[in-house]
Amino acid sequence: MSERNTYLPYLMTIDKVIKEAPGVKTFRLKFQNEEEAAGFTFQAGQFGEYSAFGEGESTFCIASSPTRKGYIECTFRETGRVTGGLSSLEEGSTMGFRGPYGNTFPMEEWKGKNLLFIAGGIALPPMRCVIWNALDLRENFKDVTIIYGAKTVNDLVYKSELKEWEERPDVRMITTVDPGGETPDWKGEIGFVPTIVEKVAPSAENTIAIVCGPPIMIKFTFPVLAKLGFTDEMIYTTLENRMKCGVGKCGRCNVGKLYICKDGPVFSKEQLNLIPAEEY
Amino acid sequence: METKYISKEGLGRWFDAIVASEKRIYAPVKSRGQVDFKQVKSLSEVADEYIQTTQSIKAAVFPKAEILFSYEKVNGKVNLTDFDPNSVPETVLWKVHPCDAAGFRPLSAIFNWDSADKLHNAHLSRTTIVSYGCAIADESCFCTSVNGGPGNLNGSDLQLTMLPDGGAIAEIITARGETLASLCPDAFVADRGDDKSAHLVDLPARFSLEEVQSKLNKAFDSSVWKQQSERCLGCGACAFVCPTCACFDIQEDVHGSKGRRIRCWDACGFSLFTLHTSGHNPREHQSQRWRQRILHKFSYMPERLNVVGCTGCGRCSRACPVDMNILEHITSIAEQ
Repeated sequence: MSERNTYLPYLMTIDKVIKEAPGVKTFRLKFQNEEEAAGFTFQAGQFGEYSAFGEGESTFCIASSPTRKGYIECTFRETGRVTGGLSSLEEGSTMGFRGPYGNTFPMEEWKGKNLLFIAGGIALPPMRCVIWNALDLRENFKDVTIIYGAKTVNDLVYKSELKEWEERPDVRMITTVDPGGETPDWKGEIGFVPTIVEKVAPSAENTIAIVCGPPIMIKFTFPVLAKLGFTDEMIYTTLENRMKCGVGKCGRCNVGKLYICKDGPVFSKEQLNLIPAEEY
Repeated sequence: METKYISKEGLGRWFDAIVASEKRIYAPVKSRGQVDFKQVKSLSEVADEYIQTTQSIKAAVFPKAEILFSYEKVNGKVNLTDFDPNSVPETVLWKVHPCDAAGFRPLSAIFNWDSADKLHNAHLSRTTIVSYGCAIADESCFCTSVNGGPGNLNGSDLQLTMLPDGGAIAEIITARGETLASLCPDAFVADRGDDKSAHLVDLPARFSLEEVQSKLNKAFDSSVWKQQSERCLGCGACAFVCPTCACFDIQEDVHGSKGRRIRCWDACGFSLFTLHTSGHNPREHQSQRWRQRILHKFSYMPERLNVVGCTGCGRCSRACPVDMNILEHITSIAEQ
């Protein structure tokens, strides 16, 4: 029997650890086995199961862009047993990875369009993959606008990249923090993400909006986008239901007739309308 | 398929030949007033008259806890030991009810619909299923309402229907069944023309599956889920006795530098099943979890996997500590 055991992870070396925010880290991972490295490809939007041996597995998106070869990155917040175990690993340590799983953002279909990224808190990682993918193929897209918010200045992730995007003439970058989350020298916006989207009022014409954030942010951002003229097929998001297997068997992420891990995690709002909103 | 007759004496000889072939045999055994599948070495250990084993036979192809792989941490490196399909012994499941045999198709559909599940397939490919047609049933049985029946052959490799003389009609259904019969070829003699249906329980259908499915398509927001699940404890007994429930968890078992990653049974009825790390729970209420159980089996699985996730064995109704009866609940949805 030559078929691979789906649950057997690839062994990865943690090549680099970046502290993003309190409790939030980014790991850059390299395959230990060259054959596995050579055979591995993924696309923007896909995810994987990351494991700390001794603790278990957790589901995160692949936060790096497929245009950056030779490694993958994940960003996670330390919240439980697995993320705690991962967080204690240092550069050079071994961890596990299974993937890539799930569907992808239709980057090809978006050629020639404006891209509007709206993210909140720890939901920037799934979008960072798409942002870098788009910026690395910048000529394929028209205006690129990024609206990113976190609770406090301290909670903003990818700080050096936010600065890089801010300084790029071909990106319109708006950063915001929740009221009370600002520091004395904060120069960005102050306000919740939906409010800031309304204030910035990006044009819906020939634009795709990619929205990632906590359920509450998504809930209040969708109506704002509708008011700005975005129709459901112009809006995309990724869902992050709890998963164990990642391959449509364990039953955990089943919502309506769909499996978030197989039919998603990327959905247009038009597709989301087909499944019960109370279950994601 | 071939139909033969096997005498009482022939049955004994065939069973002994299976034992001698060193295959592992699981059969229903009565112990402490309960009948359950256990490993047996002789036909005399096999339980005689009973309605249903407490547990289904699904653990034979989906163990309650199964090692996905093992690992050892050595000097900062990790060595993996993969699951070995050859570690799974050839197994015969003896005296399986047709409703349990029918459960293998939905199970395999779940495990293989998208990518092959090496572990499940390793078990399945080494398993031969000998079912017995049912001569008795109780008020919880409803196989005939979900495409099954007391003499249904779906999922069986060989089916026996017991006759008053202690012999049986032997229907050899698959190549695996044929191989098993060939362990004692002279025990199987020409079909005597016995009428199979005369020796099976008569179990009229209790509801129309089509009608239930068409009602369920519009029932997501119905108040029926809350009404029906008001007394549900979320104990998961229904899922654990079910022949088709396949939801699982993946857990870590660690001893010093060595560890094993383990797949174990889980249930959509548990409150923690869908709980996010953030605290958000998409199925926060028991009524939502009950709805998921019913819709997954009767609506989502038929649509996605082309198979109903219920074989009408009635175990969930018998096992429920607060007497939630699936037949009653499904019938009431059909009648709405």
